[in-house]
Amino acid sequence: MMKFRFRRQGTDPQREKIKQELFAFNKTVEHGFPHQPSALAFDPKLQLMAIGTKSGAIKIYGAPGVEFTGLHKDTTAVTQIHFLPGQGHLLSLLDDCTIHLWELAAGSPREVGGVKKEGVISLQEVDNCSLPGRPGIESCSATRVTVLLLLKSCELLCIGTEGGGVYFLELPHLLLKESQILLQDQVTQSLPDNYRCGKSLGPVESLQEHPQQTGKILIGYSRGLVVLWDLSSHHADQLFLGKQQLESLTWERSGNLFVSSHNDGGYSVWAVTSGNICNHQPVSSTIPYGPFPCKAINKILWKTTQTGSPVLLYSGGMPRASYGDRHCLTIQQDKEHVTLDFTSRVIDFFTVHSIEQEKEFDDPSALVVLLEEELVVIDLQTPGWPSLPTPYLAPLHSSAITCSCHISSVPSKLWERLINAGKAQQGRQQMHRSWPICGGKNLAPPPKQQELLLTGHEDGTVRFWDASGVALTPVYKLSTANVFHTDCDPSDDPQDPDMQQEEEWPPFRKVGCFDPYSDDPRLGIQKISLCKYSNKLVVAGTAGQVIVLGLSDEHSDHLVDMSVVDLLQDREGFTWKGHDKLEPRLKPAPFPPGFQPLVLVQCLPPASVTAVALHAEWNLISFGTSHGFGLFDYHRRNAVLARCTLHPNDSLAMEGPLSRVKSLKKSLRQSFRRIRKSRVSGKKRTISTPTSKVQEANAALAEQEEVAPVQRRIEPRSADDSLSGVVRCLCFADTFLRDGTHHGPTLWAGTNSGSVYTYALEVPGVGSRRVCERGGTNESSVCVEAVLGKEIQLMHRAPVVSICVLDGRGKPLPDPYEASQDLAITPDMTNAHSVLIASEEQLKVFSLPKVSAKTKFKLTAHEGCRVRKVALVVFSSTAQEDYSEHTLVCLTNLGDMHLFNIPGLRPQVRYDCIRKEDISGIASCVFTKNGQGFYLISPSEYERFSLSAKVLTEPLCSVQLDRPLEPSPASDGTMTQPQANGTHKNQMGQAEGQTEEVPSTLSSPILDTPLDSPLSCADLSLDSTGELTVEDVRDFLTTVDEAENNLKNIKEEEGRSPGILIN
Amino acid sequence: FFKNIHKKNQLNFEFRRFSVDRVKPGKFEEFYKLILHIHRIANMEVMIGYADVHGDLLPINNDDNFCKAVSTAHPLLRIFIQRQEEVDYANFGTNTITRKKKAVVALRNNDVNRKRPHIRIGMPQDFRPVSSIIDVDILPESHRRVRLYRHGSDKPLGFYIRDGTSVRVTPHGLEKVPGIFISRLVPGGLAESTGLLAVNDEVLEVNGIEVTGKSLDQVTDMMIANSHNLIVTVKPVNQRNNVVRSSRISGSSGQSSDSSGSTGYPSLSVASGGLVPSGAHGYQDDLESDEDADIVIESSLKRPSQRSNASLAYQLHRDLNLHSNPALRHSNGSLHKILSSLKTDPRHSLALPRGGVEEDGTVITL
Repeated sequence: MMKFRFRRQGTDPQREKIKQELFAFNKTVEHGFPHQPSALAFDPKLQLMAIGTKSGAIKIYGAPGVEFTGLHKDTTAVTQIHFLPGQGHLLSLLDDCTIHLWELAAGSPREVGGVKKEGVISLQEVDNCSLPGRPGIESCSATRVTVLLLLKSCELLCIGTEGGGVYFLELPHLLLKESQILLQDQVTQSLPDNYRCGKSLGPVESLQEHPQQTGKILIGYSRGLVVLWDLSSHHADQLFLGKQQLESLTWERSGNLFVSSHNDGGYSVWAVTSGNICNHQPVSSTIPYGPFPCKAINKILWKTTQTGSPVLLYSGGMPRASYGDRHCLTIQQDKEHVTLDFTSRVIDFFTVHSIEQEKEFDDPSALVVLLEEELVVIDLQTPGWPSLPTPYLAPLHSSAITCSCHISSVPSKLWERLINAGKAQQGRQQMHRSWPICGGKNLAPPPKQQELLLTGHEDGTVRFWDASGVALTPVYKLSTANVFHTDCDPSDDPQDPDMQQEEEWPPFRKVGCFDPYSDDPRLGIQKISLCKYSNKLVVAGTAGQVIVLGLSDEHSDHLVDMSVVDLLQDREGFTWKGHDKLEPRLKPAPFPPGFQPLVLVQCLPPASVTAVALHAEWNLISFGTSHGFGLFDYHRRNAVLARCTLHPNDSLAMEGPLSRVKSLKKSLRQSFRRIRKSRVSGKKRTISTPTSKVQEANAALAEQEEVAPVQRRIEPRSADDSLSGVVRCLCFADTFLRDGTHHGPTLWAGTNSGSVYTYALEVPGVGSRRVCERGGTNESSVCVEAVLGKEIQLMHRAPVVSICVLDGRGKPLPDPYEASQDLAITPDMTNAHSVLIASEEQLKVFSLPKVSAKTKFKLTAHEGCRVRKVALVVFSSTAQEDYSEHTLVCLTNLGDMHLFNIPGLRPQVRYDCIRKEDISGIASCVFTKNGQGFYLISPSEYERFSLSAKVLTEPLCSVQLDRPLEPSPASDGTMTQPQANGTHKNQMGQAEGQTEEVPSTLSSPILDTPLDSPLSCADLSLDSTGELTVEDVRDFLTTVDEAENNLKNIKEEEGRSPGILIN
Repeated sequence: FFKNIHKKNQLNFEFRRFSVDRVKPGKFEEFYKLILHIHRIANMEVMIGYADVHGDLLPINNDDNFCKAVSTAHPLLRIFIQRQEEVDYANFGTNTITRKKKAVVALRNNDVNRKRPHIRIGMPQDFRPVSSIIDVDILPESHRRVRLYRHGSDKPLGFYIRDGTSVRVTPHGLEKVPGIFISRLVPGGLAESTGLLAVNDEVLEVNGIEVTGKSLDQVTDMMIANSHNLIVTVKPVNQRNNVVRSSRISGSSGQSSDSSGSTGYPSLSVASGGLVPSGAHGYQDDLESDEDADIVIESSLKRPSQRSNASLAYQLHRDLNLHSNPALRHSNGSLHKILSSLKTDPRHSLALPRGGVEEDGTVITL
């Protein structure tokens, strides 16, 4: 037994080398929309856009595929970002008033996926500073930074503060120019007495540099005063004595005008005419949505155009009473007036316009609006100001994501049809113009294959995303809501959008697609399965609905067939107290080109579907809920099987599972809420005073005392545990269930209580009886039959996470159609098959047809972690073109990835991936077939990661900068890309990824006894004689040596100190 | 050599005489089968006893005492066969047969029984261990490795664990480190009834894996995953009852000074710590390899006839379900019967392997 104890420490150099060629962990790119964005900036020279988030991340986007991510050391909200145009430098201001300087720097050439990359650029922090707090009387908030202004020369940074002072920092070294500090008293001196009236001017609200004259800046104070300050002569050129509280300032391009916006919802235009030191009145003053009280205009832009009137863009200003809760941005030019009505808060906006100094007009081409939940781009050159579809930053969460599914190497035929269906959907909002943000160059090679990521949403939609590259772009959207008759049926209340908008003031226009409100939570998608060869899709939802869809290029109006499958199977004493099933539509419904529903199978009771499986070759679907599972033949439209999995003692289930359905959802919602909360916490401006620090410390102390010890009950899982009947996984396989000579279709189902049910299926025209079947009977009249084959009860009763049948070579069986259409190597049907059953606690391989254990690995018993997600993945070698290995990837409840070879189940490597507190991240993880994966790091973002050394999808891009690009010494290529949004995790030592096991010191002198300690390594291969390889033997030989060495060491140590514990 | 052996059958007071090879008596199993065969009681559970030289009625239930019995035959060996359920265990041991005849009493053995009220102690084979202290010889004296045999018991394991801090001596002096402790024992639970675990004992290992650096939830999961055969190494909070090792001695002679669970019983050296009668369970229930013997219920997988439909399949399935349900519960007996009848792997039906016994090494009693 000794050999097993030290088995995992065994290092066969050759095997280690192969492992390095196969496995490598990288978090590569974040897809979707940054969670809780808080700042926006644009570099017009480099055409790059930067977004800062509340969690301290900075993300830079250029042309599709050009992405950089930087992460501040502290998870503090980024409140402002300013580019040093053209330099590839940017400044960020955090909520804690620290200013950070970032740089786009070239990393040294490195190898990615076997391809050498040069000139790859990454974002790195180079410097940071903070304003010194003024000692003495002045409170800390006085030096709290409110605004930053970077002069065009890029040599000076002006900092406006809450105390009204303006500070100056020299760039690029962020040195404070002590002599230049401009305090309010210097300004108030020159004010007329009647304006001064003893009050302070308030915080600096805006700093704007004169567009034509260098060295002159406009300083706007909260109280309304605006000063044109000459930096060189150090005195006020002009004063503009505004009376209304100031929100923002903007220059007109010529420098003859500037516009101020105010908190009463109005804006004023001021003329800058030399010789007039004090301006008391603006040229004009308007409250666009008056006369009733309005909300503040937070930001205003004034852009001149060649064609005539300037374009005025401002956010806010809505009438307080009637539309105070709307998130609006107004675009105004002459008579044209549009109020863009968003579903989430406006964070910031900018226009893309010409920047050449010699040009007379701004001529804005596009408006970019960063909202809390999405990015909206408006084409300002096309009449009507249509919105442009974004090629990245897609709001994945436009309705909450409920599940996801990845399809790799999508056949080109399906791909084309999906693209076309998606184009037809977008219809009128065809892209007229190209994407306005186009900086940088994407160096990544074009994807070798097309990949689809399917996301199911709470509103009953399934969205298809192009996941082939770095930018996740929407392809097609499928809605299942029109299969059902819902409360807000569009056909019930036909409305003409033009009619509605006719008389409305303000002229609202709904923009953006973020829609957090679900019509009916029962529509939510729970499981998705797609057959990419036959274009059949199965979508299952919260109310027990299972919809089979087929792809069609034509528009169709038809009635969807419906079948009801009772999964309780007259189990008595059960009343369902949960939600009702969805009412199917009784009239034919219109279905646009794309996936169109063929059959609707309704499970009863209408509990949420927990598992689906599709075998398009056999025309079968299987589905499971918390009550049982069913098998349906969608070709002949009949239910083949319904099996109840409820345990007779499951009292909770017998009484009606209202609570559990709720609680499941609730817990998910709560966990999301928790994430949100944890991220919001940095939002408030915390003014830390000495008193509050004492209070904090006291509170912390009190908390420590109050904490009661957490205790956990140690009791084996019992059959009576509630939720034991939940079907966790379903799987179809052509294998040997009856005997070792005849294979045929089988169905496997695993439950929450460690039960596995297997059925032998008789599918007409499939299997060994094909010949006699054909000879006479009409094929359509013969039904599919299912006969119970075996019931397996895992002794440890842990939930069955996954079932997979392995062929005679120990490889997973190919997908339907893959074998018959020569798309995969035909499975070995001559040698004995085996089945891999992964429970939450153990991985186990059983031989078939006689289900006897062959190998197992007791993960929970050894590591204390439970299996959450399992996938069989093919890893290709970076060294040998044709070498690949099938590997079992396990994601555990601790958020780490364990890789095992199959069918030997020997641990290969382990990587930390997700924080263990991130329950929704772990729950949302999906794997691709070639070693990549996705998980949600926020409701709106997928983190893409790669376990494969060869297959990586990561941003590789270059930017043409004004300054020479030198590889910075800090980046030596091995540096891991920092990750944004809560993926703060100590990545030290992750480069190697393998955590070493500490030899047990407690049971040291094991050699003295021939017996092993109770660690009898029950995970050892029970019978692996059939699959011993040379490598295994070598593994074994080295480990024995290792073990002996270890024991020697232990013995030597023992002589010194008997133990580390106090007796 | 052949010796005649006299047999007295208490079932119906029949007498049989047959011969057995004295030098090579063979295995007990074979002998048992032979007896059942001779008496044509093949389907009956019987208890075999013999009268030794002192006239005591002693049991024959394994190879060793069978050999002993055969060797004591002079030349006749008197064998008593009783139906299992009729056996009065009090009859076994000393002073049984002789009592009625001559009063040749082995005082040495009898002392105990005279001084104390009569204690009924069943046959070892009718017990299964519920807990034991193991590896005493290889552990530091301050540690205790306890094995709880949950398998087949209706008792809950019955304990809780919690987070805490423990103080350790490190090269840098005393250091507080996080640790896992037993926080509560459920009255009447397995953990409490063994007396080997106590509240505030620090858990150091679970089935050979150290818990340092593991979270409470991880340790909880490890214990639950091992719950059918849980081995916890603890540092008892009460260090006064530790095993005192004077020298390195053979594994089976460890002395117990743990009186926590003692209720006035004499110290006994038996193979396992706590023993609970449990009907006719054999040792094989506690096999290490048995813990994972997943139940596989095979249905007679005949090819369905063309006519058979889903409802028939369902009927079949329901029957099976009824059949399997009692097995899924931990009801006494039936589970094991089903288990053994379902066992496909011959290894599972072997008797306790050598390692299994030896592993239990040293003995502490209650």
